[in-house]
Amino acid sequence: MITLALYIWLVPLLAFGIQIFLGKRLPRKGDWVSVGAIGISFVLSLIMFVRMLLNYDPNFSVHTSIPWIDAGNFKIAMGIYLDNLAITMAMAVSTVSFVVHIYSIGYMEGDPRYSRFFAYLSLFSFSMLGLIFFDNLFGIFMMWELVGLCSYLLIGFYFEKKSASDAGKKAFITNRVGDWGFLIGLLIVFTTLGTFTLTDIQTLVAQGKLSGGLLTAAGILLFAGAVGKSAQFPLHVWLPDAMEGPTPVSALIHAATMVAAGVYLMARISFMLSFDAMLVVAYVGGFTSLFAATIAITQNDIKRVLAYSTISQLGYMIMAIGVGAYQAGFFHLVTHAMFKAGLFLGSGSVIHAMHHAMHKTGVEEDPNDIRLMGGFRHKMPITYYTFLIFSLALSGIPFFSGFLSKDAILGGTLAFAMAQSNPVHYLLPIFGFTAAIITAFYMFRLIIKTFFGEPKRPDLYEHIHESPKVMTGPLITLATLSIWIFFTLPSISPFGSENSWYYHLIKKPASSVSAQLGHPVLEIPEHIEHAAHVNGMIISVIFALTGILLAYMFYYWKKWDVEAFTNKIRPLYDLSYHKYYIDEIYNATLVRGLLLWNNILAWFDLHIIDGIVNGAAFITRHVSRLSGIFDLSFIDGLVNAVADLTRDTGQLLRKVQTGQIQFYIFGALAGLVLIIIGTLM
Amino acid sequence: MNTLMPYLIIGATVFTLGIFTIIYKKNAVGILMGVELVLNSVNINFIAFAKFVDKGINGQVVAIFVIILAAAETAIALAIILNIYRTKATVDVTELNEMKH
Repeated sequence: MITLALYIWLVPLLAFGIQIFLGKRLPRKGDWVSVGAIGISFVLSLIMFVRMLLNYDPNFSVHTSIPWIDAGNFKIAMGIYLDNLAITMAMAVSTVSFVVHIYSIGYMEGDPRYSRFFAYLSLFSFSMLGLIFFDNLFGIFMMWELVGLCSYLLIGFYFEKKSASDAGKKAFITNRVGDWGFLIGLLIVFTTLGTFTLTDIQTLVAQGKLSGGLLTAAGILLFAGAVGKSAQFPLHVWLPDAMEGPTPVSALIHAATMVAAGVYLMARISFMLSFDAMLVVAYVGGFTSLFAATIAITQNDIKRVLAYSTISQLGYMIMAIGVGAYQAGFFHLVTHAMFKAGLFLGSGSVIHAMHHAMHKTGVEEDPNDIRLMGGFRHKMPITYYTFLIFSLALSGIPFFSGFLSKDAILGGTLAFAMAQSNPVHYLLPIFGFTAAIITAFYMFRLIIKTFFGEPKRPDLYEHIHESPKVMTGPLITLATLSIWIFFTLPSISPFGSENSWYYHLIKKPASSVSAQLGHPVLEIPEHIEHAAHVNGMIISVIFALTGILLAYMFYYWKKWDVEAFTNKIRPLYDLSYHKYYIDEIYNATLVRGLLLWNNILAWFDLHIIDGIVNGAAFITRHVSRLSGIFDLSFIDGLVNAVADLTRDTGQLLRKVQTGQIQFYIFGALAGLVLIIIGTLM
Repeated sequence: MNTLMPYLIIGATVFTLGIFTIIYKKNAVGILMGVELVLNSVNINFIAFAKFVDKGINGQVVAIFVIILAAAETAIALAIILNIYRTKATVDVTELNEMKH
């Protein structure tokens, strides 16, 4: 199993290596390299998945670990941990990735950086799969950063466009803010427990090595990473802008996989969440789900609606983990991956057609704008029908996968609220159910405006056509996977069942915090659980149908005037349309503040630091001048004096040479006399 | 004058006068005369020693040698002076100082 996992993980990396260096020179720009690699990963994941099903053991796990850093007391081990959760996640990720790879062959056709796109997709697949398979928080963090990098590269793929490169930067930086919390959480874990390996942490927390406020803090800080990665409030701002990237990127990364990494992380660390940490998680998720849904209803860019929808659905998943509905949260992750990716790929199909039409007619407007669409279902039937299936799934209508998972979450929040003594926690199901109506509403608003009614721009409508099979094939595949039956087997009831393979295999891990405290962190009696789920199901279906009905009333039957209603609630509408001005607030406060701080530091560096350096240079120059003067005058003076002395002595001595012989004779005689006197002495 | 000393004194006196003459005479021929004086003083010494110390004739023989050599050397010196007179039109030794500093 471990070797299977290694192949699944590493083959895309190999593809990345080949693609990035040789891609341009390969036939078809090497798209078959990436598609082939992810195809292999997909097949192997499928094999792993089938083996898991055949094994049918909820407690299955296999774990290998090798010491990576071993320096005295400082030890970090690296390893792979495969349990049913990882295998299911890997299956979902490789399926969506594979489908997106194939779709990209059609969507990115003709792009000058075609080979690089596939290289990045391969790198992303490698990173995401690594995140799933690692057994320790450190490895997960490494892969976490890598997927963030891939996201940056892919969002800013059309980097000539300033908005795209800005969006890439925004995504990475916002993520980094969350990672700051993640890192501190990691540090708390490591300094108190001495390990990053999740299984070890499980045991150590149960033993009480990390407890109380510090444990809660660690849980919340690690959650901060998920807030960034999964675009929860207040770090949700990067996801709508990330729509600047090509649509396959939005489908793969910002719908199905990378943003789900936050939820996966929360699932992985759910065992160490104290009750307070869980509350924080639940409320952030719940608030986000409602908050984002209220923005989605006013957006006119097809991808933006889906982006806010993603944020909202992620909020659901996070909220589920927070209220202890572990199975429900992860269930929604998997189903959402399928239909959200499908929605994005479908929107990509529409945008692709719009691009084509605009190219043909020379119109230069936003191809994503739904106000330019209308009646597309006649021209793009496959796209329409699959889009419809995805929307029904998202809205939580029975007979589709989304209903099962969303209902489980809503039931979970209701059970949580009912089991708590404090009635304020009913806010969570209120958040959830309200968001459900709004979700159904905005999805069908989107469908009606895009696929129904009269074409708003007949000039463009004329050139709209269905997308090639390489793009509709993935849509059909994902639509099939959005049908209920795959998730209820061996039961065939569209209303879910505890007997499904999913509920049997994916079980909530025992809370180490409960073990530590000696009592359950969260206790929901069986009868409350049952009542909540039954009631929740009924309410959620009613709410979903209501939402759809409202959408029809406003947009299809036109019984109620959208314009009039909008004017009546203009302030609310503006808030929603302008995304509650959060980007503007962030810009005015954080961005400006940071730039101001930058300027202060720059001033400091320029004037004070450089001043000191320049001052040192100034001093050096003058000291060297003094030193030079000394050298010139004193040293050279000495040398010259010696020379002068020699010369003068010479001048003196040459006077002996008078040229007069009598003088010499006299000298010789005088010397002789002196010698004689000397010897006589 | 039956002892040695008077002759030595005379010899020394003559020697000194000859040295003085060499050193202080301006005329080249005068210097030659001085040289003669020095040589002859040496002769006096030789003869004196021959009579009173040696009591033989060895000193007298040397004196003969000295006289002959003095004559020869004077001849040559006068020849040189003649040549100098030819080139420089003077025999004043203070004029002959070209090998000076």
